[in-house]
Amino acid sequence: MKILAMDSSGLVASVAFLEDEKIKGLININYQKTHSQTLLPMLDELLKTLGDSLDDVDYLACANGPGSFTGLRIGVATVKGLGLGLGKKVVEVSTLEALALNWQGVDGVVCPIMDARRSQVYTAAYIFEDQDAVPKEIIAPVNCTIDELFEKLAANGKKVFFTGDGVPVYREYIESNLKVPFVLPSAVNEYQNAANVAVLGKAYAMEGKAVDASLVTPVYLRKPQAEREREALLNAE
Amino acid sequence: MEDVYILAIESSCDETAAAVVKNGREILSNVIYSQIDLHTLYGGVVPEIASRKHIDKINQVVSKAIEDSKMELKDMSAVAVTYGPGLVGPLLVGVSFAKAMAYAAKLPVIGVHHIEGHICANYIANQELEPPFMCLVVSGGHTHLVKVADYGEYEILGRTEDDAAGEAFDKVARAIGLGYPGGPKIDRVSKSGNPEAIKFPRAKVGGSEYDFSFSGLKSAVLNYLNTASMNNEKIVTEDVAASFQQAVIDVLVGHSMEALDRYNFKKFAIAGGVASNSSLRAAFEEACAQKGVEFFLPPPILCTDNAAMIGSAAYYEYKRGTRSGLDLNAVPNLKLGER
Repeated sequence: MKILAMDSSGLVASVAFLEDEKIKGLININYQKTHSQTLLPMLDELLKTLGDSLDDVDYLACANGPGSFTGLRIGVATVKGLGLGLGKKVVEVSTLEALALNWQGVDGVVCPIMDARRSQVYTAAYIFEDQDAVPKEIIAPVNCTIDELFEKLAANGKKVFFTGDGVPVYREYIESNLKVPFVLPSAVNEYQNAANVAVLGKAYAMEGKAVDASLVTPVYLRKPQAEREREALLNAE
Repeated sequence: MEDVYILAIESSCDETAAAVVKNGREILSNVIYSQIDLHTLYGGVVPEIASRKHIDKINQVVSKAIEDSKMELKDMSAVAVTYGPGLVGPLLVGVSFAKAMAYAAKLPVIGVHHIEGHICANYIANQELEPPFMCLVVSGGHTHLVKVADYGEYEILGRTEDDAAGEAFDKVARAIGLGYPGGPKIDRVSKSGNPEAIKFPRAKVGGSEYDFSFSGLKSAVLNYLNTASMNNEKIVTEDVAASFQQAVIDVLVGHSMEALDRYNFKKFAIAGGVASNSSLRAAFEEACAQKGVEFFLPPPILCTDNAAMIGSAAYYEYKRGTRSGLDLNAVPNLKLGER
């Protein structure tokens, strides 16, 4: 099975090519250039280097959120265009679940945190019950404050393994406020990586979860500001 | 000569649109999904909401355009997409999607300027129209008086220094309680109003003699409304709308006719959303007839944002050899004539 996967939900633009059990190719760019300019050229470069054709890919996979609204849409629009152009199905993978694979197999709770600005994070929590690629979700993806997250982690009590771009933002706060043992990531497992998306994409494709490209939808976990303000006004009346 | 089929995509504001155009002039399909009802709740286009709607709808809209054309994606000569000017979030959806789809289908991509698209709507509506001619582009985001020297060659003779004409319609409509979108609503109520009831200013501005300014006119309307309500005078909405609309039309027609004289064009066209305004159309028709200048205008469906016009503009770019790279980006403030 061949899977072409991508993640542009955060600072990193990442594309990966999976063939059966192997990550055959991976390009990660974490540099200040817009994903709209980098993602497709990276994908083209990856395929050319591998000598693989897009036509031989079985499934496309994409991190569909949460994340930067614009970044998410660049990735999702790209995968929707590829899907329509190729007539191939797409596997949607949660950005948070893909991040959790940065700590695959550890004994404890894996907690991805993504900076959602406004003193909030996009987060979830997972455990690995066996060596299976798919982690088990114990806190569903949510947009909340870091304190709300800490309460849940403290209630669970287990050692926490953090990952995600929220770590550099909240590093000191975690160190001085979290009541349970924790491990912070290093440069190798802090950010999004399309290899993780490819691995989960394969697992979900085998479960029959691939969908038509037209159905792929970003998961924002947060309404647009104008909509939130309008609802607040309506509720106040 | 081989026929050229362009699959075009437009998502620069609040319409998700796709079309297939043959040889730049013939529409094989033209699909528009308008989000207007959604944005009416907010009194104007909300970029984040528009971006979300574009990504929800783009596959269905593009698939429908291909289906309606009775062709297949592989039969296309190229994929075209609006890459500016416009709202960055909405533009990025169309650009990212179009590039990826074209890449998958091994087709070239052509990035198209939104305003050039509006101008080219006239090529679809009027098969005999060829450059050179002069075109006034008036919409919610743009007011440009453009010299079309040749296919793909444009020179701006005048532009708005502040609000676009359509923007002024929206703001005045809000102030007199008509709501969004202002253009069609002012057009409708003006029909029962007196366009000479209130004398609003016709602004001349400092830059090019063909430049426009509508923010002063908008302020004059707001001042009139404030003064009238303070003095407990009755405000006749229809008269305010008609008088405001007449002031806009006078300036647009006046500048255009002066420029026509100066540059000696024999053909004049209008384009853009505000070109749907019935009084504006009638005023230009009359002014051009008086001068003996041939007047061209697209039907309203091609005045509003659509992808057929992008397909027409792309055809002439295709013939010139224009091809965009995989790194094509959205350029929200793209200038006319820039490449």
